[in-house]
Amino acid sequence: MTKLIVDDVEIDVPPEYTLLQACEQAGAEIPRFCFHERLSIAGNCRMCLVEVKGGPPKPSASCAVAVRDLRPGPDGAPPVVLTKSPMVKKARQGVMEFLLINHPLDCPICDQGGECDLQDQAMAFGFEGSRYAENKRAVEDKYIGPLVRTSMNRCIHCTRCVRFTAEVAGTGDMGAIGRGEDMEITTYLETAMGSELQGNVADLCPVGALLPKPYSFKARSWELVKTESIDVMDALGSAIRIDTRGREVMRILPRVNDRVNEEWISDKARQIVDGLKSRRLDRPYIREGGKLRPASWREAFALIAEKIKAAPPHRIGAIAGDLCAVEEMFALQSLMGGLGAVSLDCRQDGAKLDPAFGRGSYIFNPTIAGIEAADGLMIIGSNPRIEAPVLNARIRKRWLKGGFKIGLIGEKADLTYDYAYLGAGPDTLASFADHAPAHMEKPMFLIGQGALAREDGLSVLALAAKSAGALGVIKDGWNGFAVLHTAAARVGGLDLGFVPRSGGLDAAGMAQAGALDVLYNLGADEIDIEPGAFVIYQGSHGDRGAARADVILPGAAYTEKSGLYVNTEGRVQLADRANFPPGDAREDWAILRALSDVLSRKLAFDSLKGLRERLFAAHPHFAAIDAVSDNASFDLDRLTGAGGAAGSASFASPITDFYLTNPIARASAVMAECSAMRLDLARHAAE
Amino acid sequence: MLEDKDRIFTNLYGFGDWGLKGARARGAWDNTKGLIEKGKDWILTEMKASGLRGRGGAGFPTGLKWSFMPKADTARPSYLVVNADESEPGTCKDREIMRNDPHLLIEGCFIASFAMEAHACYIYIRGEYILEADRLDAAIAQAYEANLLGKDNVHGWPFDIYVHRGAGAYICGEETALLESLEGKKGMPRLKPPFPANMGLYGCPTTVNNVESIAVAPTILRRGAAWFSSFGAKNNSGTKLFCISGHVNKPCNVEEAMSIPFRELIDKHCGGVRGGSDNLLAVIPGGSSVPCVPAAQIIDAAMDFDTLRDLKSGLGTAAVIVMDKSTDIIRAIARLSYFYKHESCGQCTPCREGTGWLWRVVTRMAEGRAQKREIDMLLEVTTQIEGHTICALGDAAAWPVQGLIRHFRPEIEKRIDQYAANPHSEPARGYHAAAE
Repeated sequence: MTKLIVDDVEIDVPPEYTLLQACEQAGAEIPRFCFHERLSIAGNCRMCLVEVKGGPPKPSASCAVAVRDLRPGPDGAPPVVLTKSPMVKKARQGVMEFLLINHPLDCPICDQGGECDLQDQAMAFGFEGSRYAENKRAVEDKYIGPLVRTSMNRCIHCTRCVRFTAEVAGTGDMGAIGRGEDMEITTYLETAMGSELQGNVADLCPVGALLPKPYSFKARSWELVKTESIDVMDALGSAIRIDTRGREVMRILPRVNDRVNEEWISDKARQIVDGLKSRRLDRPYIREGGKLRPASWREAFALIAEKIKAAPPHRIGAIAGDLCAVEEMFALQSLMGGLGAVSLDCRQDGAKLDPAFGRGSYIFNPTIAGIEAADGLMIIGSNPRIEAPVLNARIRKRWLKGGFKIGLIGEKADLTYDYAYLGAGPDTLASFADHAPAHMEKPMFLIGQGALAREDGLSVLALAAKSAGALGVIKDGWNGFAVLHTAAARVGGLDLGFVPRSGGLDAAGMAQAGALDVLYNLGADEIDIEPGAFVIYQGSHGDRGAARADVILPGAAYTEKSGLYVNTEGRVQLADRANFPPGDAREDWAILRALSDVLSRKLAFDSLKGLRERLFAAHPHFAAIDAVSDNASFDLDRLTGAGGAAGSASFASPITDFYLTNPIARASAVMAECSAMRLDLARHAAE
Repeated sequence: MLEDKDRIFTNLYGFGDWGLKGARARGAWDNTKGLIEKGKDWILTEMKASGLRGRGGAGFPTGLKWSFMPKADTARPSYLVVNADESEPGTCKDREIMRNDPHLLIEGCFIASFAMEAHACYIYIRGEYILEADRLDAAIAQAYEANLLGKDNVHGWPFDIYVHRGAGAYICGEETALLESLEGKKGMPRLKPPFPANMGLYGCPTTVNNVESIAVAPTILRRGAAWFSSFGAKNNSGTKLFCISGHVNKPCNVEEAMSIPFRELIDKHCGGVRGGSDNLLAVIPGGSSVPCVPAAQIIDAAMDFDTLRDLKSGLGTAAVIVMDKSTDIIRAIARLSYFYKHESCGQCTPCREGTGWLWRVVTRMAEGRAQKREIDMLLEVTTQIEGHTICALGDAAAWPVQGLIRHFRPEIEKRIDQYAANPHSEPARGYHAAAE
């Protein structure tokens, strides 16, 4: 710890702190543009200048000077830093004036207005006017993809976007051409950015040069109501903020959560917004003569009751989809239990994960933040870049620090970091089953659904567990066995035990022709249900599930309900309601509660609060919101003995198109454009 | 006046053979092994005692700089980087060294590297110096052939030299931008600290020296620190190459003792100022980056670091730009402002935005199309750039304008009055229209 005095306040900070951090700790406000906590230090905006007593007779960039580089005063007195001296004030005013001389005065038509660093800091630290009488610089706008709109006149060359793509995203899409005042930020030959995290550059941009394109000219920041919630586009459960105006979701932004997403979200999480508004199911439907016709809730419920009452319990089944909150799965599970049905499944992709082997067998045990503590990683049957881009950025962050060996079994892909390619399928994995322990403190296995959602998935899981034991991935004090899910609802469903009871069918079994009389489909759109059963589809979008439904009950999308989600690492998180479902659509638990009444199997709760009380009583760990319970049970011995011999087919990621993985994404025109462009790029690359 | 026997660069004008044979005849590579056998510490002590100050412009003591290098470490080798990116307007001394006496530089690299325990040296040469780079390559090849360099050379200190050609950016002459460029990145200066002696080329300890600083080292060691420090005033010792250009009768490069009075330098070597010393208007004594000094102050001043600093200018690279009374001094400075605006790398705000502002205002002033209050504003803008940037290019852009305003404010005001008396709408005349 080093002592120093900032504006008469004596503080004690670690020597590796920058002056900027030290000043903040002392309560001094330091303006900045280029500095960002999660990016490398550029020191180029010169806004954070402070005066260091006894140093050179000029101000120092506080973001770039470490406390340890300060020289103590005479007689070993602590170094003195001034942030409010006349020199500092003049320096800031000077820099601000320079930044503004070529910045257009278009704040009234700039989407950044109201949340613009330049605007705020010009008010706080600038001159009242400009003395610049020459013509302002004009810079041509660049095309950098469908998600980020540019207005390059406004650029102040802080290079945050350049550093983000180079360091965090790992694609290095952006750079600067030209020099001096002709320097321009662009992508190579104005091609679209190729990162799944590109939307974040618009957040990083301190001015209105890079803005989210789909949100252009839609709203002003001060009109928006902000709701903190959780993203469900992948299984990470990234922290998001949903901004609404009236009933409409206007945009989605990341929130800081160091344990999960730091402050990034994927493009899918961010730009899904228009998908929340199109292809919505806003009233119940009944299929008559092969065609769906609008119906009332009463009609729909009556028809369902008739079908269910006619079906024997073992001919009734339920599948829960990828976007369901824990509450509605619990309600459906309770309802099915009341009916005596045994065929339940939340694994529509056929992943062979089973709560019977303990919670540790299906969650991301080392935790996402734990990646940074690991020193080795084997990726098995996964492409984290498209399955969980933010998690992939975390792996890259760890890789950049060095001393992190990465191996891959599965499909070769550009993951933005180097890895050793070990093989394609279970045969390679089997070669590690009796391997000597790795010379690593904290090795990790990242097991994707590509290895598990297949016929021999259980054998592969057993093989992975066996190899994990052999290599020291699971040992005393460290569990590096990490299952990466692709569905936000999956861990919650497995935690609930939303899997077949004894004698019940799994998802694939239920989907087969003639397997069931009645199938309750709670938002499962990634599975093809063959003819035969009477299908009740409850969901938010008119997607695959609705197309195969005999009755449609309109539910709420994730922004429209308060619900618990459990992310891939087993962290229970609460998503809050930001707006209301459209038309007659209702929150999903309430639909199930109402239906239960019609079925004379009334569920024992009348409110969300009551539902949660029942839920927490049955599964206490759901009450611990934002926490990950350590020491998840893990029946390693039983698991390694499970399954037969694994097949030899190569692992393939279950996600073929990052942008179109769920019904909301498929309803989004922005996602469709991104998807088409990615296909186009891939085709060009192939040529 | 420096006697011929005391000259270090005896083939400065290329009258003799530039090759190894000629260089050896002039004394280069003479008992180099003997010098390095005296050990690293002796070399450092001798260099410090000689009082040699860096010849690249800043004038930092060379021996001291060498002594900052940490002990050799196998994980982090030390490097010597020679800054041959001589782009300062008015400066052409390193060009002559590399063209006509390259072996002095090569031997200097060897000895300096030995003193800093470096086994590799990079010479970053300005891209436009095509002939010089060829000469240097040829001279290095000769030295390798004679086994003066290489892994297993006659001196017993494994050593390699690499010549790297720049691509013509002034900023790459800044030491950290040079290192970035050498690493294959964009030539943008790094933040300091860490200084190159700790984290330089590829993150390893590195010393960056000017060509002249390195090229004089072997002769200093051979003839002794006392000999070298016998020239010039205290703290400004040694001999120095002066590049005199502009309005003198015979512009030339010449090696002279430091602290030589300006009048003597011009009269002895350049045939005097064009039209006599009464016709002198001002002098830029150290390359375009330093403020100009008016005739009355410079004419009898000693040409060294401290005297010129006291005149609020600097010796810089000792590129003496002489301007007689026919010079339009405002236009001259406007041209320099254009140079800095063009060469700013664009990394940090004050320089990126400020250099263009300076250029535009000074250009208008050269025409007189300005307000008198803008003179003070301009001066204030220069102070907003100076000292607020990552590297010294911001200072270098600010100083010529400051010098102009400090010494020639009446001239600017006169120009403004002239224009106000006869305003016209024609755009400011001259180079800048073509430049844009």
